[in-house]
Amino acid sequence: MAESKTGPAWTGNYLQDYGRRRGLMAWLTTTDHKRIGLMYMMAMFFFFTVAVMLGVLIRLELMNPGMQYVTPRVYNSLFTLHGVIMIFLFIVPGIPAVMGNFILPLQLGADDVSFPKLNLASWYVYIAGAVLALTSLFAGGGVPDTGWTFYAPYALRSGSNVSLAVFAAFVLGFSSIMTGMNFITTIHRLRAPGMGFFRMPLFCWGLYATSWIQVIATPVVGITLLLVIMERWLGIGFFDPARGGDPVLYQHLFWIYSHPVVYVMILPAMGVISEILPTFAGRTVFGYKAIALSSMAIAIVGYMVWGHHMFTVGMSDTARRVFSILTFLVAIPTGIKVFNWMATLYKGSIRIEPPLLWALGFVFLFSIGGLTGLVNGALATDIHVHDTAFVVGHFHYTMFGGAGVGLFAAMHYWWPKIFGRMYNRKRAIWAWGIFMVGFNVLYFPMLVLGIMGMPRRYADYLPRFHTPELISTVGSWILVSGLILMVWNLIRAIKHGEPAPANPWGGTTLEWQTTSPPPQLNFAVAPTVTTGPYDHTALRAAAAKEAQ
Amino acid sequence: MHAEGGTLGAAAVSPAAAAHHEHRDDIGSKTGMWLFLFTELLLFGGLFIIYAVYRHKYGTEFHEAAHELNKAMGVTNTFVLLTSSLTMVLAVGALQRARVAESLRWLGATFGLACCFLVIKFLEWSAKHHHGIWPGGEHLHAMPPGEGMFFNLYFMMTGLHGIHVLVGMGVMGSIAARIRSGHVSPSRYAALEFTGLYWHLVDLVWIFLLPLFYLTN
Repeated sequence: MAESKTGPAWTGNYLQDYGRRRGLMAWLTTTDHKRIGLMYMMAMFFFFTVAVMLGVLIRLELMNPGMQYVTPRVYNSLFTLHGVIMIFLFIVPGIPAVMGNFILPLQLGADDVSFPKLNLASWYVYIAGAVLALTSLFAGGGVPDTGWTFYAPYALRSGSNVSLAVFAAFVLGFSSIMTGMNFITTIHRLRAPGMGFFRMPLFCWGLYATSWIQVIATPVVGITLLLVIMERWLGIGFFDPARGGDPVLYQHLFWIYSHPVVYVMILPAMGVISEILPTFAGRTVFGYKAIALSSMAIAIVGYMVWGHHMFTVGMSDTARRVFSILTFLVAIPTGIKVFNWMATLYKGSIRIEPPLLWALGFVFLFSIGGLTGLVNGALATDIHVHDTAFVVGHFHYTMFGGAGVGLFAAMHYWWPKIFGRMYNRKRAIWAWGIFMVGFNVLYFPMLVLGIMGMPRRYADYLPRFHTPELISTVGSWILVSGLILMVWNLIRAIKHGEPAPANPWGGTTLEWQTTSPPPQLNFAVAPTVTTGPYDHTALRAAAAKEAQ
Repeated sequence: MHAEGGTLGAAAVSPAAAAHHEHRDDIGSKTGMWLFLFTELLLFGGLFIIYAVYRHKYGTEFHEAAHELNKAMGVTNTFVLLTSSLTMVLAVGALQRARVAESLRWLGATFGLACCFLVIKFLEWSAKHHHGIWPGGEHLHAMPPGEGMFFNLYFMMTGLHGIHVLVGMGVMGSIAARIRSGHVSPSRYAALEFTGLYWHLVDLVWIFLLPLFYLTN
């Protein structure tokens, strides 16, 4: 194995090949967490692009009343695909698989994750699931048209290719479990000397809570999805009212996973924000322990609120009240985070840079998402807005405005570390501005539409909904222009950007102590930790010395 | 996955580091293994929830349907599987004490008992199949909903369990080969230990399946 380019004397970075294999094969067989993170990123952004285009098509059809471009059946397939790809292929792996893989070992001061081979395997399982999902579009009975929730009994009867799509979701769940197990073990075993749990950066705390949810919740939906396949294949009748089964039971089992999984999407994003704000405020984070523990609280309470997706299906009033109260409880740790973030900015020496703007965008959009969530979580108002465009607006504010924007914030924060290049600051800020305007023009009308009574998943609507629907469609074009500018700016930076220093933002966590991009083994000298993660005193002293 | 257990920690070795130190973290590997077992429990957990719901809904029908199952075979299989857990422990213990040949013998015995379990299971299933009691079978289809539910649950749960037995046998085979080749050895026995942990889980699930299906009448 020992070649000229290996050994401690070699000073190349992880983007350069080492060892026996070169080029594409070196990437496809790598166990380096940084390369695996990038492989996830490439695959995910391919699917993200596809799903965004589907979303634009949905908006295009809804621009005017009546059917213009697609049939209602194709419309059903469009929103099913948009949902399945966005949820299972983009947001769920999202920040953990890309940024978690890349940053977690660096922030812990480790060489790699605990199980590097399993890490690579999880990427292949992800790709296998993605291929299955794509196959379901072209093979057999046609594109699935059930919505991403695969609700029984329609999912049992639909002539479309539901079985394959469901199996794809099952396989993707495995990938998610593998990543979760890997991160939990890594966090327990590979922290740098001196780094106790309460000296861990908050991004690691976010990933830790996320990983537990992945491990605990995913198997339940795994078996449920397998049973949907068995039901379609053998007619076992667990969820089929015609055979004595109960379709509501399917909803319970589905949401036992799929509600906790929204915290899989959002907790890592919250972790990212908790990294960015102290860096650009030039001070330590306010309420470190409260933020860290509120991640765990969200994970634990969030596991027990799934029933709020089902307030209108005919549960007992006792169950509805309990689920509603628990839902309101989740808002508390979320509120703790938001207030602590604001307190972190208070009296900080704030520098306006693209990552900070994205982080503030997150706080703004996610607050709207969180508060509209309480409208859904309250029993009385939920009856009015259930299954309306209001719900669609709400979860896009949380998932896209939260998890998606969190990922963009993370990309702008760590891009210089990942590729060793700076992107264009001005263009990044323009992209952010256009995106934020487009986002609100696109999704805010949905909240209004929902309260006016526009149902979700309908391909057509009454003329009185026309104006807000039209505004929303125009918003989708603005948002996409912002996205294109952002992606182009980032990709351009890889080749043409200015070389990035090791610590371009003045960050205090361990990933900024190594070179940009990091060497293959992350650190030339294994770091030890003597302070909390956001201690700026050393950096400030160095800056003062330089100024003299 | 579990077969790799012993070497997963070691996989952190990258070419540059290999020359200097071997990265091995048995506690880390064991943490990962327990997390995996946890997910397995939850996988079965979903089915146990469904069982609980329908047993509550169709109590009488479940009692009736349970008469159809062959209690003698179920109980025999329980003894077979419990014994196999014992031989598995003996295999791990023997390897820890550096008695490699003895360990391989106990592992072989475990494998044999697992085969025995599957043969008995096969006889049970084929008897049911013969009577048209089979998911999608005509007799099962004609049953009242509750009894049909019982048998569908029976086939799904024992089926998933059976798949786990098969996977376990595959893992035992590969571990035996790795013991022979010296990759799993008295100083490096984690992979065998983890196979044992997995096997006990398979055993544990069966201990719940027996009363829930065979002894409910």
